[in-house]
Amino acid sequence: MSWETVIGLEIHAQLATRSKIFSGAATAYGAEPNTQACLVDLGYPGVLPVLNAEAVRMAVKFGLAIGASIAPRSVFARKNYFYPDLPKGYQISQYELPIVHDGRLDIELEDGSTSSVHIIRAHLEEDAGKSLHENFTGLTAIDLNRAGTPLIEIVSAPDMRSAKEAVAYMKKIHQLVRYLGICDGNMQEGSFRCDANVSVRRAGSDQLGTRTETKNLNSFRFLERAILHEVERQIEVLESGGKVVQETRLYDPDRDETRSMRSKEEANDYRYFPDPDLLPVVIDAGFIDAVRAGMPELPDARRERFVAAYGLPAADAALLAASIELADWFEAVLAAAPGSARLAANWINGELMAALNRDGLGIEASRVSPEQLAGLLRRVMDDTISGKLAKQVFELLWSEGGDADTIIDRQGLRQITDSSAIEAVVDQVLAANPGQVAEFRAGKTKVMGFLVGQIMKASAGKANPAQVNELLKRKLQG
Amino acid sequence: MSRPGITQLARALRARETSSRELVAGALARIEAQDRVLNSFISVAAGQALAAADRADQQLARGEGGPLTGIPFAHKDIFCTAGLRTTCASKMLADFIPPYDATVVSRLAAAGIVVLGKTNMDEFAMGSSNETSFFGPVRNPWDLQRSPGGSSGGSAAAVAAGLVPAATGTDTGGSIRQPAALTGITGLKPTYGRVSRYGMVAFASSLDQAGILTLSAEDAALLLSAMAGFDPRDSTSADLPVPDYMAQLGEAVAGRRIGLPKEFFDAGLDPASASAVREALRVYEQLGAKLVEISLPSLALSVPTYYIVAPAECSSNLSRFDGVRFGYRHEGAQTLEELYKKSRGEGFGAEVKRRILTGTYVLSAGYYDAYYLKAQKARQLIARDFRRCFAEVDIIAGPTAPTPAFRLGEKVDDPVQMYLNDIYTIAVNLAGLPGISIPCGYSTGLPVGLQLVGPHFGEGRLLNFAHLYQRETDWHTQLPPAVAGPGA
Repeated sequence: MSWETVIGLEIHAQLATRSKIFSGAATAYGAEPNTQACLVDLGYPGVLPVLNAEAVRMAVKFGLAIGASIAPRSVFARKNYFYPDLPKGYQISQYELPIVHDGRLDIELEDGSTSSVHIIRAHLEEDAGKSLHENFTGLTAIDLNRAGTPLIEIVSAPDMRSAKEAVAYMKKIHQLVRYLGICDGNMQEGSFRCDANVSVRRAGSDQLGTRTETKNLNSFRFLERAILHEVERQIEVLESGGKVVQETRLYDPDRDETRSMRSKEEANDYRYFPDPDLLPVVIDAGFIDAVRAGMPELPDARRERFVAAYGLPAADAALLAASIELADWFEAVLAAAPGSARLAANWINGELMAALNRDGLGIEASRVSPEQLAGLLRRVMDDTISGKLAKQVFELLWSEGGDADTIIDRQGLRQITDSSAIEAVVDQVLAANPGQVAEFRAGKTKVMGFLVGQIMKASAGKANPAQVNELLKRKLQG
Repeated sequence: MSRPGITQLARALRARETSSRELVAGALARIEAQDRVLNSFISVAAGQALAAADRADQQLARGEGGPLTGIPFAHKDIFCTAGLRTTCASKMLADFIPPYDATVVSRLAAAGIVVLGKTNMDEFAMGSSNETSFFGPVRNPWDLQRSPGGSSGGSAAAVAAGLVPAATGTDTGGSIRQPAALTGITGLKPTYGRVSRYGMVAFASSLDQAGILTLSAEDAALLLSAMAGFDPRDSTSADLPVPDYMAQLGEAVAGRRIGLPKEFFDAGLDPASASAVREALRVYEQLGAKLVEISLPSLALSVPTYYIVAPAECSSNLSRFDGVRFGYRHEGAQTLEELYKKSRGEGFGAEVKRRILTGTYVLSAGYYDAYYLKAQKARQLIARDFRRCFAEVDIIAGPTAPTPAFRLGEKVDDPVQMYLNDIYTIAVNLAGLPGISIPCGYSTGLPVGLQLVGPHFGEGRLLNFAHLYQRETDWHTQLPPAVAGPGA
């Protein structure tokens, strides 16, 4: 009998506010340890939290983007536990009344199928600091720069059935928060990470199996690996007659395995209760309307518009809409080279991506600007240059900069469209290859390709291929 | 020996009959002479105080400054004072020097007040007798064998003994009003949210409120005007204008209705205290006010409700004292858990531990609904009782405490008896209302307090009622033996 995997994710996205969720300290990453922690973040006696309104706006933005309900009244609660990087001995979070609940996200899988994931809730909370064990032999150092950084925790229902589906969902949320501008999505810096709740059950069963929670997965690959390992482990346990223990596990990317962190029995009793230092967050329709008015076009809408307005194939549109930066880049090319949509899509998804990947760059660091690419595409569209030679120009734009027109002229790459000039080359090639000409006339029309190649070669690729074909046909048949 | 209040001192300073330096030096000398016995101060900052007094004198000489400029003052040792240690009367914070001032401290400093030091209290404000202090109990100037009440016992004793004319206190369940009653002075607990809690070390956040212990309602009005108002650093502070409390003093109360909750005059009330309170109410009748019997049927729930809500919040608020960043740390711990356990085990006193344990228990999975949630519901009922009453009456009056000052050690081993001392004050905190205690007579030679309770943000009305009573009576000017001296 086969097994079915059941997955739910808790995604933690760091909100891109300038200051912390309950204090005025900066949130910038990478500062010297403990230089971005004020008395509130340090949990000094007597200090009090004051809610950052920007964090609330961002959470509402997210809620609207997933078609969720925005709670008219949500409440901050204290989650109590002791840990050295948790200065107050409690984390301020939301428990019974989260700010966002009951949303939905549609995801597309690699095989082209789609599924819909229910998002149970998304709540605001503060991040803890960091415990540093490296470089301090026998000691633990604490960096509280991150303490108090705003997070939104996005909790899905156990709606996913494979590691691939979970990855697709996490990618979709990642794409969404970056489109919304509420999270920088930087997974290496921990701005976007998730916990995976995984269980397995007999195919066809409607009962959920016992789940484990694997913590702190900060890459799509780790998420996939961790789930695959956990599924394999659980099936092995069950098939050998054992029971899955409800526990918290940790994925070790170095060893590529998950291991137990603590069992349910060892789990903390967090003693949640409403934080008496903070008033309930009251959100009225006016606030929601103002946030809605400032919403950007969302990824799905943009992708669909790329298909509808520019006639792009669905797959190209999906690639271009994958990130807001790329989509903006694409549309910047179109602005400078109107009517180039399909061509631009091919160039961006082809040459540009290849160059970026080769140099390990993101789109924001591309060495060719949208305006430079548009300049090149304009010359392709008006037949100044062939598609093949355009690639050479692109490489020069990439390596040396400048603009396409200058490079085309300097390199003498302008396409030959003067038919008498082309005819001269054709005649010259026919004269040099009497054998092939005879073959053609004897019915072996395949040699046509060879002759075209020779002509293009002789013109250094500059002859207009359509004209070459036409002339050649006329001469051979005539 | 006299015991002038702020209003008199301010007048003398303006008239150049005295200087702030003279007042502060005098107060320091009295502390030096008497406080070895009273133990009302934990820290005295003589140099800092004299320097501040000199600055105040310069201001006064230029004709600048306000009614509080140059007045000697003390803060309960729960308010953070930059550079001056703030202990909360706990071993945990015995060496803690805050890097910042509480809003109350900075507002009063801006008004020119001169801080002489920090007063003793029950540890983390948990107690009703000042006996839980790591720095030892405070003695009541009316009888040195007795408690001044708590938790603001140091402030109460210092003001009653004339060491300083006024001091701050905090009131979570009666911690300003009860010690004011037991030491024969005036103690005002404002509406929850009226005064910022920023910089006040938290005990129970939804109940804690800063207030003052003074020699008269007039002095309290003056101080409240300087302390009150919205603070952007405290989300629970009320964003409401602060009225001119002084301007309301002296308004006629003829026709006003005073509600007397029958539950306040129950069998648990000391008969002599009861008659002192009833006698006091006749003064209001003579001023034309009407006495109306009312009922607060849920009042009996207030002590149990309080001893769930306050410990629950305190168990969380005190988690930050873990030996990691500040405060007492057990040296030589081998593991993190040992560091926590020993630092907290050695740093906190018995009553604080009792409340942390109680609070942890009532918030635990499986008990939360039965205790914490139910207590929140009871709290709503208590608040509703008061709302109903204030639809009928302008002010509520009754005793502040069931008995006058008790002997040191008398209740220390019986927490429930100790907790019952706050039976008339606790409900006021649960409802977030303002309350004031003023002296109104004696029981067995010890002061008795009259408690007045107002509607939310009704401090002006409360202070006016208290002021009118003090205009008609002189209980508030009567000196304890420790001040009056032998044979007085």
